[in-house]
Amino acid sequence: MEGMVNVYFFGKRYVVPGELTIMRAMEYAGYQLVRGCGCRNGFCGACATLYRIKGKQELKSCLACQTQVEEGMYVATLPFFPLVKQVYDMEKVPVSQQVMMQLYPEIYACIGCNACTKSCTQELDVMQYIAYAQRGDFAACAEASFDCVMCGVCSARCPAGISHPQVAMLARRINGKYLAPKSQHLADRVREIENGDFQSLLEALMDKPLEQMQELYNHRDIEQ
Amino acid sequence: MYTPEMLASMAKVEASRNKNLATEPRRMTAEEKKALLEAFHPDDKADQFTQLQVGPNAGERVPLELAELLQSTPRVLDADLTRTDLEADVLIIGGGGAGCSAAIEAQNTGASVALVTKLRVGDANTMMAEGGIQAADKPNDSPAIHFLDAYGGGHFAAKKPLLYKLVTQAPEAIAWLNDLGVEFDKAPDGTMITTHGGGTSRKRMHAAKDYSGAEIMRTLRDEVLNRPIQVVDFTAAIELLLDEGGRACGALLMNMETREILVARAKTVILATGGAGRMHYQGFPTSNHYGATADGLVLGYRAGAKLLYADTLQYHPTGAAFPQQIFGALVTEKVRSLGAMLINREGEAFMHPLETRDVSAASIIRECLGRDKGVKTADGQGVWLDTPMIELKHGEGTIARRIPAMLRMFGKYGIDLRKQPILVYPTLHYQNGGLDINPDCQTPAVPGLFVAGEAVGGIHGRNRLMGNSLLDIIVFGRDAGRNAGQMAVTAQAPGSPTLNHVLRYQAQLDGAGIHTGKYSPRLLPTYNAMGKDF
Repeated sequence: MEGMVNVYFFGKRYVVPGELTIMRAMEYAGYQLVRGCGCRNGFCGACATLYRIKGKQELKSCLACQTQVEEGMYVATLPFFPLVKQVYDMEKVPVSQQVMMQLYPEIYACIGCNACTKSCTQELDVMQYIAYAQRGDFAACAEASFDCVMCGVCSARCPAGISHPQVAMLARRINGKYLAPKSQHLADRVREIENGDFQSLLEALMDKPLEQMQELYNHRDIEQ
Repeated sequence: MYTPEMLASMAKVEASRNKNLATEPRRMTAEEKKALLEAFHPDDKADQFTQLQVGPNAGERVPLELAELLQSTPRVLDADLTRTDLEADVLIIGGGGAGCSAAIEAQNTGASVALVTKLRVGDANTMMAEGGIQAADKPNDSPAIHFLDAYGGGHFAAKKPLLYKLVTQAPEAIAWLNDLGVEFDKAPDGTMITTHGGGTSRKRMHAAKDYSGAEIMRTLRDEVLNRPIQVVDFTAAIELLLDEGGRACGALLMNMETREILVARAKTVILATGGAGRMHYQGFPTSNHYGATADGLVLGYRAGAKLLYADTLQYHPTGAAFPQQIFGALVTEKVRSLGAMLINREGEAFMHPLETRDVSAASIIRECLGRDKGVKTADGQGVWLDTPMIELKHGEGTIARRIPAMLRMFGKYGIDLRKQPILVYPTLHYQNGGLDINPDCQTPAVPGLFVAGEAVGGIHGRNRLMGNSLLDIIVFGRDAGRNAGQMAVTAQAPGSPTLNHVLRYQAQLDGAGIHTGKYSPRLLPTYNAMGKDF
């Protein structure tokens, strides 16, 4: 039929409309998904998927909710991957290269094969952000890994057994908590509220009759 | 990628771009907004609503799909309640932003905490929130101004004590998140980079690029996993358990993979089950995650908790209308905060881009259905969101820096939104209503039952402003956790669990002669043609 393509879910052939995403195609074929489906919009990493096009060598990876089916696509979903997540107390972690040596020493066993980067479903330079983590450059690691959805495909392809998304998670938290500049205006406002500075203003506003509230709302001044 | 018809219309958008950029469309008056909403907002389509016949809100109107859920047969009417499969001081149902915030604070009180979620922890609407989180922390802003924006934007219907709490605890919520390691967009001197959202009168939208919710969610999840909190994935709650006195004391659970029924016992329970987008009210597509099926509302309602504003839904003005593969996906409001305007088929900027969400959605629907100025797509129609304006306004590179997720989402289908505008149409986004709570997050009718997050009704009134939902899951999630934790460690333990309330509810349905032929709560949507309801 026109517009239909052959796809193979776990090796079994289904004929599906060619405009569907892999996820929708599985549902079209009759699957009721429980695993391997989360936000359906490319943010949660639940639907990590590996595929190979019939007759081609290259093994590709993607998010099933963000990728259109193709003729001859052999699909295996990766609904779970056993990443290593170390437990730590953010109040006590050393803000230095040392923390990576303690918690994720395997990153120093990276052999530089770049399989992680080649497999990233978000097209991030994964090997590079691991290199930043190795040298304790958490700000650079945080920035380079920011769009990571923690789908785990990189780790599935890593010969050194690195859990890249968890390494990046730690780096981002250290950067956000300790290294990024502090927001003085935020600290000031929290203190003012603790002092009760706005309480009477707010209570007076809340006590106004509805018509006055509407009047205030409809004529409030809007910052340009 | 775009059809020839779309390209012809796009040429008009391009031709008018400089002119449109140079003029700020007038904001609508209160009267104009009222008339627009009545004529075109989906909440005002009378035939899409019906009155509930049983339960605490009998006689009140709710969407047809929600009425069916609330009045369907319970999945289990009899279970072995002598077994205990999971036990904790505090049981949290739901693993999104509210559930995780609650877990952290409940654990801080010294209570033991269990968190169950029907998918994975973090599979939640929080993960998909893109644009940002509000807090009045700039010198030209105040919690009072934030209050007025939200109260007016919500049509003066919010419960004032809840909104008071939301705006006064907002800066502290941001500080707490930052201290957990959430990376907010900041200037080199540490000043938060903030923008407008629809209906805000001050720039108080804090963001982490356009992964704001994802950045918050993954950080909260990481913190939960760093603590001695029992997290149980792929396990749905299918009923609450109440003791003989009517106090919440646990939940009946179902393993989503094996379908085994399990009993969880607790001293207090927090419902943090989120929204209802996957019910596809009125046939709308949704920006919501896979598990958003209003299950918490069903559980709470059967236990006797009252709903508030269950007849108001939020349709996000800018869901992706094209291409088909991302139909209904969220295009963050931040795109408009950064300067992109809404343009019709003829290249006209037909409205101010930052009206509140209900007004913006109704205005886009009017442009398409009422004025026939939309652009036809395979799934219906849409209007243009003129994204190239962003870089004309703020310089090259702004899109990649500030909204990388949007650039990626459209880029996968060959659309470069730096060069070409995109097509949008409203998508079902948020449940404005939910379970009624006291300011301590406890339901008045069911002691020991706390609610937080999107499952709550009344914080925002009848419409919610952008950035106030990420805020409410943190403020009310934390508070529910603290209060449920404190009650669990100080109050007397509840009695033995029963399903009496469920039996009573079923008897009421029988008495009213209601038999929908379906079971609820629904746990997942069914998108396969031959599938049965999950």
